[in-house]
Amino acid sequence: MSDESAASARVSEIVAAHQGMEGPLLPVLHAVQAALGHVPQAAVPVLAEGLGLTRAEVRGVVSFYHDFREVPAGRHVVRLCRAEACQAMGGADLAQQVKARLGLDWHQTSADGAVTLEPVFCLGLCACAPAAQLDGRLVGRLDEAKLAALLDEVRR
Amino acid sequence: MKVYVPLDAAARACGADQVAAALQAEAARRGVVLEVVRNGSRGMVWLEPLVEVETPAGRVGFGPMTAAEVGQVFDGGPLALGLVEELPWMKAQTRLTFARCGVIDPLSLADYRAHGGFAGLERALAMDAEARVAEVIASGLRGRGGAGFPTGIKWRTVAGAVSDRKYIVCNADEGDSGTFADRMIIEGDPFSLIEGMIIAGITVGATKGFVYLRSEYPDAIAVLNRAVELACKAGVLGASVEGSGLAFDLEVRVGAGAYVCGEETSLLNSLEGKRGVVRAKPPLPALEGFMGKPTVVNNVISLATIPVIFERGAEAYAAHGIGRSRGTIPLQIAGNVARGGLFEAAFGMTLGDIVDGLAGGTASGRAVKAVQVGGPLGAYFPPALFDVPFGYEEYAKAGGLIGHAGIVVFDDTADMLAQARFAFEFCAIESCGKCTPCRIGAVRGVETIDRIARGDADAVPLLTDLCDTMKAGSLCALGGFTPYPVLSALTHFPDDFAAAREAAE
Ligand SMILES: Cc1cc2nc3c(=O)[nH]c(=O)nc-3n(C[C@H](O)[C@H](O)[C@H](O)COP(=O)(O)O)c2cc1C
Ligand code: SF4
Ligand code: FES
Repeated sequence: MSDESAASARVSEIVAAHQGMEGPLLPVLHAVQAALGHVPQAAVPVLAEGLGLTRAEVRGVVSFYHDFREVPAGRHVVRLCRAEACQAMGGADLAQQVKARLGLDWHQTSADGAVTLEPVFCLGLCACAPAAQLDGRLVGRLDEAKLAALLDEVRR
Repeated sequence: MKVYVPLDAAARACGADQVAAALQAEAARRGVVLEVVRNGSRGMVWLEPLVEVETPAGRVGFGPMTAAEVGQVFDGGPLALGLVEELPWMKAQTRLTFARCGVIDPLSLADYRAHGGFAGLERALAMDAEARVAEVIASGLRGRGGAGFPTGIKWRTVAGAVSDRKYIVCNADEGDSGTFADRMIIEGDPFSLIEGMIIAGITVGATKGFVYLRSEYPDAIAVLNRAVELACKAGVLGASVEGSGLAFDLEVRVGAGAYVCGEETSLLNSLEGKRGVVRAKPPLPALEGFMGKPTVVNNVISLATIPVIFERGAEAYAAHGIGRSRGTIPLQIAGNVARGGLFEAAFGMTLGDIVDGLAGGTASGRAVKAVQVGGPLGAYFPPALFDVPFGYEEYAKAGGLIGHAGIVVFDDTADMLAQARFAFEFCAIESCGKCTPCRIGAVRGVETIDRIARGDADAVPLLTDLCDTMKAGSLCALGGFTPYPVLSALTHFPDDFAAAREAAE
């Protein structure tokens, strides 16, 4: 089976597993992204057909939400909070440092595929700001030392 | 030996898991039998990870704990704080909604019941639907999601609507920066939210509830899913709630990173699997909400406060507060503060009491310059306005809003022109795109601020005109309230806008 048809088969399974749910598209898209790392173009017709939607509707939803990726992310995803409480604790300076060290701007992935840098608007860690997320892990009270350790981790 | 180590996301982000592991290792080394309970947070985030040890006199705290210093939990030391309940931050609160948060094991139904859980539901089940609505109206509870609409009135509308299906939708999108009360209660006392939603369901005649929970809260998602599972197994949720013969089911849905999906109609579209575009009102969601059916949409804190209102009675709840702001509000104190966290208090505290008193001023030790209240759409207040008491009408009169009660403090290094620029930038990124003044206006706003920064004085009246257009021509508060942070920055901190001009001259 080609990669593409394997992906399509996986998407079909996910759609089947969500039958009977009211308004299933978001849970389905989350599941697709969890399984495949992104929502590939090839998934769109499968989703549309399986859920009784038009391809344009599916595409419209995928593009509306910041969470859904149409291309794969790097092996690690660093998300830095850009919102106000983190700004008040020097978040913007830290963001500059991260961008400079990784050589990336927001939403970019390093050429070696190691890391994607993303902004996030509040992680609910506003009383221990600045805050970040490395893959599944939340980090509060971010400072230069913690940041250096995080960036070492993603380069490995 | 029994110790508590929070599983709250803020505690974990500050090393609680490492502390818990180090405690186990240290106990093993010393040959001590250790029971570790993962509780919610007490809300004293500056002390997290806050380890508590059970003693005959009460729970004794140690914090902010690190893995390297866990020996102090056994031997005492400089991180010892004494009895947690006696700490000034704890003693000064009126903890109603958060009474159990940080105290119990959030995933123990036995703990929940032992601490007053389901007493409210029991009382509600003994009342008829009309009496339940009357109770919520009498409590004076207003929506804690920001708009402050009376919860009981909303429920009355849904209860009165005739339909084959109705829904309870909990808004757990908590997108406002500086806020984390929803996250804390879901992680620390999820059954209180579940109980509140059940009471809402039996009151309005809905048998299905959804919690729309933002994807930025992985820990809250895990805890709530587990809590729903446990509640189903125990017969708290399902075909016959607590054996009453009334059905109520609950489903947790995860958001997808759009701030605007906190707006209730955008949220409903998102829940239906559509783009999170804002719907025009009317029709009200109370009459045509999820799938076109009558729907209660309430914030997490509104719903999680319902049980205590039924447990203690509407009058007891309404006895707290000022003016038309009844009861308590979980203040979330964040940003550049010495002591940040969640403090539940009756409405009426002044901003000065909160910022200078509770928070202890800035973390940097510098002077406070500005305080943003109510999230990214809230106004920036200068210290000159620190006498405003915390209440819906009181803030509106002062040119601001309380929103979800997030309070973000900035020291004197803050550049208010940059903050105003960010407000527009955020609006541009998060706009749902439906109205031109919001979608295009926000982009123009960034450009206009950049002109001011370059020294173009003519751009200032353009900025105020643009804000008027956005206020008048936006369908929802994202476009309509972005002028609050912008204009409050301009009004209260004109030097930050003028200095840029002078520098250019
Ligand atoms: C842009 C925007 C974002 C909002 N975000 C939230 C949110 O994250 N959580 C919330 O409870 N209400 C939010 N609201 C308010 C909701 O539209 C609605 O008033 C609220 O969910 C009703 O519940 P309540 O009456 O219990 O507050 C937002 C409103 C707007 C305009
Ligand atoms: S004000 Fe902005 S976010 Fe709100 S409906 Fe209009 S375009 Fe959408
Ligand atoms: S503002 Fe950064 S975590 Fe809330």
